[in-house]
Amino acid sequence: MPDHSLPAPALAAPPEVPWPADTLTRVPYWVFQRADVAALEQTRVFRGDTWNYLCLEAEIPDAGDYRASTLGGVPILAVRDHDGEIYAFENRCVHRGALIALEDFGNAREFTCVYHAWSYDLQGNLKGVAFKDGINGQGGMPECFRMSDHQPRKLRTAVVAGLVFASASDTVPPIEEYLGEQILERIERVLGGRKPEVIGRFTQALPNNWKLYVENVRDSYHASLLHLFFTTFELNKLSQKGGLIVDESGGNHVSYSAIDREAEAKVAAANEYAAQNIRSESGSYRLKDPSVLAGMDEFGDGVTLQILSVFPGFVLQQIQNSLAVRQVVPRGTDRTDLHWTYLGFKDDTPELRRMRLKQCNLVGPAGYVSMEDGCVGGFVQRGVVGASDRMAVLEMGGSDAESTRTRATEASVRGFWKAYRAHMGL
Amino acid sequence: MIGLPDIMAAQARYARCIDDGRLEDWPGFFLPDCVYRITTAENHRLGFAAGLIWADSLGMLQDRVAALREANIYERHAYRHVLGLPLLEEAGADGTRSETPFLVARIMRDGATDLFATGRYLDLWRADGDGPPKLAERIVVCDSSRVDTLLALPL
Ligand code: FES
Ligand SMILES: [Fe+2]
Repeated sequence: MPDHSLPAPALAAPPEVPWPADTLTRVPYWVFQRADVAALEQTRVFRGDTWNYLCLEAEIPDAGDYRASTLGGVPILAVRDHDGEIYAFENRCVHRGALIALEDFGNAREFTCVYHAWSYDLQGNLKGVAFKDGINGQGGMPECFRMSDHQPRKLRTAVVAGLVFASASDTVPPIEEYLGEQILERIERVLGGRKPEVIGRFTQALPNNWKLYVENVRDSYHASLLHLFFTTFELNKLSQKGGLIVDESGGNHVSYSAIDREAEAKVAAANEYAAQNIRSESGSYRLKDPSVLAGMDEFGDGVTLQILSVFPGFVLQQIQNSLAVRQVVPRGTDRTDLHWTYLGFKDDTPELRRMRLKQCNLVGPAGYVSMEDGCVGGFVQRGVVGASDRMAVLEMGGSDAESTRTRATEASVRGFWKAYRAHMGL
Repeated sequence: MIGLPDIMAAQARYARCIDDGRLEDWPGFFLPDCVYRITTAENHRLGFAAGLIWADSLGMLQDRVAALREANIYERHAYRHVLGLPLLEEAGADGTRSETPFLVARIMRDGATDLFATGRYLDLWRADGDGPPKLAERIVVCDSSRVDTLLALPL
């Protein structure tokens, strides 16, 4: 799918150290530091042969509803037209380049640029030019000017289980193929046939390169080591099984853990319920109000955690009953915006909705099991200063980027780099 | 009857408690069945119920402190709260409501000082015996929709 016939990468200067071509286990730190790499990513990754999440279908339910976003740094509008379809086009006036829409979201009958009032329909077609015929026969646009010759760039859009994706590429494969069956299935598992409802939106400004965050999302190795909430409060159960799915491209992944019903039954049979906690030494801590973790098995499959990523910058999260989508937006070499949209479903029972709200505490910038992810990328970004000629080591769980039954692996991190290198031609 | 001086005094003590790093004392400003939530102006305006922190019991606030002390990992930092004047609303059957603007500077371990958050406290106060009034509800509405890096210490 990525174009391997790309010309040599347009880096301003040769890299500080060559990136070994024959292994996925090394990542040179210069990829997190160089402005020329960041610029190239915008064209080859985000505006390249990729699908990028824009918003939820449920956020623009009615004709004229729109949401502004960016794709590869380019301002984009996603709009619902009267035909019920969603259109995406660059939020840039074809006259002299001003933003067409200034709000982040809203409802419009048409879009009118504030600068000289050129107007557009809901599909982004130029429909009106102020004073086109001049005033009192003076001025105006020349006879030969045709509005149809001047159109904002349109993007391809695709809707998957209520998620709106867009691509600036004409050659990207259809979204179903891009995601692959296994990823699609796990998106459907959470969102399929449901009516999602936004229950909160937050933006976390990360002090690091965007790739350090998407690595972290795919890094199942760190979870129990960096995030100590569950072990501190003795909430880790032995009777958990899990695994990792990495798709063929490497760029998409799912990491999951589930209650192992067999193991649980054995424990129960042995009447050792009390012993199923990993740590049970005295002097440890207990939650005063454990209701935060009284989750419900709403999908009926015992999966308590499913983190799913789509290359390059999309994440779908289920941590117990806490559901969210995350959009990763680069803001230069050492800044990233992480947009969280917390979800429920229209048919949530009051109890389930309350549980989702309580479990807000687990995720996001103040999340018990995720606040560390907000700062750890910055620790790397600061740590690798002056080390552009050095490399990260990704050998946990071997050297491949394949699906596995263990989470003690960096397979999906290697997968990300596999896809990244293919897109970047690096 | 809860008056303006009572609320101002409670606010001042609340801010000093957090800024001095006495997190263990922080839940003591709340009643047992309290609500504490941190959200943003946009979420508040749109009626979105989620929060960066969402608690509906004193136990959840105590757990928050325990997690910050024992489990969560973040760089050492402190806040400096600067509070504006509380605006008191008519006392109702469920207590006295007030709105108080705040600025919070964040001082990192290397001395870097940023304006971390601005916003307002939407509070519901109730008398607690002869002692100072306590919070039955505090909705922290941050003006900006962005949070820098992470939000560890409470606002
Ligand atoms: S720039 Fe939009 S009308 Fe002139
Ligand atoms: Fe993490």
